[in-house]
Amino acid sequence: MREFYGVTLDSPLMLGTAQYPSPAVMEAAFRASGAAVVTVSLRRETGGGQAFWQIIKGLGVHVLPNTAGCYSAREAITTARMAREVFETNWIKLEVIGHADTLQPDPFGTLEAAETLSSEGFEVFPYMTEDQVLAQRLVDAGCRVLMPWGAPIGSGLGLNNRYGLRTLRAAFPDIPMVVDAGLGLPSHAGDAMEMGFDAVLLNTAVAQADDPALMAQAFGMAARAGQMAHRAGPMAPRDMAVPSTPVIGKAWL
Amino acid sequence: MSDVTIIGAGVAGLWAAYALSKRGLTPRLIDRNGNPGAHGCSWWAGGMLAPFCEGATSEAAVIAHGQQAASDWAEVTKVTQNGSLVVTLARDRAELDRFARRTTGHARISGDTLATLEPDLATPGREALYFDTESHLTPRAALADLLAALTARGITIEQAEATPDDVHGTVLDCRGLAAKLPSLRGVRGEMVMLKTHEVRLSRPVRLLHPRHPLYIVPRGDGVFMLGATQIESAAPGPITARALLELLSAAYALHPAFAEAEVIETGADLRPAFVDHVPRVIRQGRVLHLNGLFRHGYLMAPALARQAADYLEHGTKGDLFHED
Repeated sequence: MREFYGVTLDSPLMLGTAQYPSPAVMEAAFRASGAAVVTVSLRRETGGGQAFWQIIKGLGVHVLPNTAGCYSAREAITTARMAREVFETNWIKLEVIGHADTLQPDPFGTLEAAETLSSEGFEVFPYMTEDQVLAQRLVDAGCRVLMPWGAPIGSGLGLNNRYGLRTLRAAFPDIPMVVDAGLGLPSHAGDAMEMGFDAVLLNTAVAQADDPALMAQAFGMAARAGQMAHRAGPMAPRDMAVPSTPVIGKAWL
Repeated sequence: MSDVTIIGAGVAGLWAAYALSKRGLTPRLIDRNGNPGAHGCSWWAGGMLAPFCEGATSEAAVIAHGQQAASDWAEVTKVTQNGSLVVTLARDRAELDRFARRTTGHARISGDTLATLEPDLATPGREALYFDTESHLTPRAALADLLAALTARGITIEQAEATPDDVHGTVLDCRGLAAKLPSLRGVRGEMVMLKTHEVRLSRPVRLLHPRHPLYIVPRGDGVFMLGATQIESAAPGPITARALLELLSAAYALHPAFAEAEVIETGADLRPAFVDHVPRVIRQGRVLHLNGLFRHGYLMAPALARQAADYLEHGTKGDLFHED
């Protein structure tokens, strides 16, 4: 099992903390899902989010602070440094947004920030497109985890580019990878895990469900099922029907 | 229980005083800032009495108790029972389906019906949810009217610094965040007041939006309250440029004439909230804390006050009651 900067996770599910009806509902979702990692944004809560951060710490799972809402490397670096102080962790989910409408990551800003943060001892989880060249540059910059998107943040579209994700997975067999963003259904999570990804990260699909705890549980189970299926070695699809039981010798006249 | 002191004269404290006065008591009412004003978060509220809409993201207790609020408030102030509307922009129609699925007490109305209710909101193909039993009031007028009702019953607000330790007898601590209860946190909210005669609305309107949800409450005479952000931060200070941009952009998207409106006021404050966003009466010895009204101050204060009064009078513990 691939480790995330030396940490083995109990569950392949990572959950965000935004948009829940209340912290109580969020806590219930974490409990029901068994998620191993919580990601939390610092950007907007600057300076006054202590009470909420205490609730996050109280979840008892690994905290992955993020730089959501940052539009430049500089902003992201500043936010990351603050996050390290608040949560006492070197982990940082690096998010540098390049486009306000699609929330696409800015590959150039992401790379620039990843270089700086890695040199400062951060353990960077970069949110990225499934671009293989970018992936190589981020690995060169020191990233030992990659987080390709499934689809635009909050869109719930699932895996938009299965081919790209599959080739990316194959190209970096030793790098743990998390499909981050765009997942709308547990089947999307299962799909990503069956393809050999190491975890999935999502927020909206759980937080905005009618019953967040139940949906979180469904995602937790689906991600785990996908992980098991990948380890079990899935059969290859065939064009030809193959009977499970031989027909030779049966009376078929 | 003849000796009762209420500390904090926001919507919770005023309602507590009113509920006790209806049972023949004359509690002392103390607030460090005196009469209600910009120092308290009740000042910045929207004033929607919309239990069914709130049900989209609230616990059942809020929906159940909130349904009483309009008739409670009508004892002391003007309540407009004109329903409320929920709409979306064209590309977010799925949000309307989701909101409808998560709430009760509404009818789905066509663009034609919307045009008769709120002509200024009707656009081709726009459907809406109409919550016809919901109401709204004007918060600052409501606070003044509630205070006047108390004055008529011999209760006025003493301006003084006080904590429960400073007074004898039974204390109702209604200070909000100043009570510093361990599980209470502040959730920042920001609002804008606009004035324009180019838009007419006769009921609160919620615009569902995946990023920037908005509600607009008509205050009459061309004044509209736009709210409200909900940020996990206890940082004080005026509205941020970003919040202002988001609220105004959403309003502009709803009706372009809002772009020409005068910005007559902005505000920001912290809502006291417990982890489930349901208010509580918490007993600590001789002190009852009435707190955690979150974004439901006007919707839930009457019920919260009633449960506190029930406990003091009969020892009854309602569903909002907690022992510390």
